[in-house]
Amino acid sequence: MAKIKLTGKVLKQDMLMDGIYSMWIQADEIARQSVPGQFISVYTRDGGKLLPRPISLCEIDREAGTLRIVYRVAGAGTKEFSAYQAGDPVEIMGPLGNGFPLKEKKAFLIGGGIGIPPMLQLAKELNCEKQMVLGYRDQLFLTEDFRKYGDVFVATEDGSSGTKGNVLDAIREHHLKADIIYACGPTPMLRALKAYAAEEGMECYISLEEKMACGIGACLACVCKSKDVDSHSHVHNKRICKDGPVFAAEEVEL
Amino acid sequence: MELKTSVSLAGVELKNPVMVASGTFGSGEEYSEFVDLNQLGAVVTKGVANVPWPGNPTPRIAETHGGMLNAIGLQNPGMEVFIKRDLPFLQKFDTKVIVNVCGKTTEDYLEVVERLSDEPVDMLEINISCPNVKEGGIAFGQDPKAVEAITKAVKAKAKQPVIMKLSPNVTDITVMAKAAEAGGADVLSLINTLTGMKIDIERQCFAIANKTGGMSGPAVKPVALRMVYQAANAVQIPIIGMGGIANADDAMEFILAGATAVSIGTANFYNPYATVETVKGIEDYMRRHHCSDINDLIGIVK
Repeated sequence: MAKIKLTGKVLKQDMLMDGIYSMWIQADEIARQSVPGQFISVYTRDGGKLLPRPISLCEIDREAGTLRIVYRVAGAGTKEFSAYQAGDPVEIMGPLGNGFPLKEKKAFLIGGGIGIPPMLQLAKELNCEKQMVLGYRDQLFLTEDFRKYGDVFVATEDGSSGTKGNVLDAIREHHLKADIIYACGPTPMLRALKAYAAEEGMECYISLEEKMACGIGACLACVCKSKDVDSHSHVHNKRICKDGPVFAAEEVEL
Repeated sequence: MELKTSVSLAGVELKNPVMVASGTFGSGEEYSEFVDLNQLGAVVTKGVANVPWPGNPTPRIAETHGGMLNAIGLQNPGMEVFIKRDLPFLQKFDTKVIVNVCGKTTEDYLEVVERLSDEPVDMLEINISCPNVKEGGIAFGQDPKAVEAITKAVKAKAKQPVIMKLSPNVTDITVMAKAAEAGGADVLSLINTLTGMKIDIERQCFAIANKTGGMSGPAVKPVALRMVYQAANAVQIPIIGMGGIANADDAMEFILAGATAVSIGTANFYNPYATVETVKGIEDYMRRHHCSDINDLIGIVK
């Protein structure tokens, strides 16, 4: 079991909606070791763009040795990825990060925007009662994929589907209850969930993101403020790429 | 053909001229999952201070064309944790250990140098060129009098050979190289990063929290190579060349320009195998050029 950088093969690429793409990659050595909540570094072919794009794993098929990433085109690097077609090579490194702890408790799986994809593999592997709460700006993606694994509640900012508002509005509108939260999404959402979990006395695990260079804990670029002294530098800076990306909410300052 | 790849830096024999640039490789543990550290000439650690340093706010890095900016701010666990945890890890490998030393004041540097004097450390690299901290770092590296003074102070206390790491953010690198040599430096390493900037035009703010950052990567290589060449021709002591080296071809340019050893830095981030590939590539180059001793190639391009 070790991280590896390899040339994977694109098996399939689809546009799920404007600017959101789904790519299946054949990458046996990485897929076999991956767990929900982990991510891979994806490298562009453009020599002018050196740094990897960290992208969370949306689905893992260990038997087939395949990975699915669902990502937003945010710049020239991800734009390049979106043009890859079946059969194309893709440089990736992984599996990276720690992943979500799998606990058998009644759970909320909460995703906001491009934080939704990593919740899908978690939904597949969590062996408990699950309620998926997905927050979108307007257009939906991946919603149907989640329905196989439990009840799905949708919130949209413009009210075009589900609850008008955010994921917490959806939880309140449907009077949902759970014992544990797993979440990934924009920082304001994670901040609100951290406060909500504290008020409700719930366990809460959140997945963070930051610009990364090495992706393996060496360069100290992607740190977040932590409550406790970190294991690496003995200050209060946990490494998102290595100590995370998943943290107990009370462990980090947002 | 038997190949001699070993080089000597102030009496320290490296099995090959390939090492890593401070700050890009931690203390080796993370990269040991990808490369066999036994194959490297030396591991240069991330900067070690007398006490833990928290570093700068995030974002700490930004990508630039063919390079990157960083302003990590020398986050490090301090010398006691380093000695207790990281040195024993490095001791397990057959490679030389070079500790990069950082400080805010001369006294800070000396405290680390003295603390390491009886530890299993082969060489010290004194970082007087970090552009991302307010005190110390580059403040020592841009004035030849200060360079000479801190070099002298360190040399008076150090039990291991001393490498002075120079900043490229100066008008004339040869002045700084000579100042370090006059202060008694055993070896020079250059270049540290070039101070740069990036602005996020959509959010209308600086791309990194520190506003400026140190630029590295292939884009800086021609500047680094020019400075290594100039320094090598200005001083008698050996030079460790770095700045955008990503493979054996790059490494050979620096060696031909006058570097006795070379460091791989930013390339580790996008190719974790870059160091060992470079070691092998240098051997291939030597065979191709019927060269049995790498030392015969150092500085032959004049």
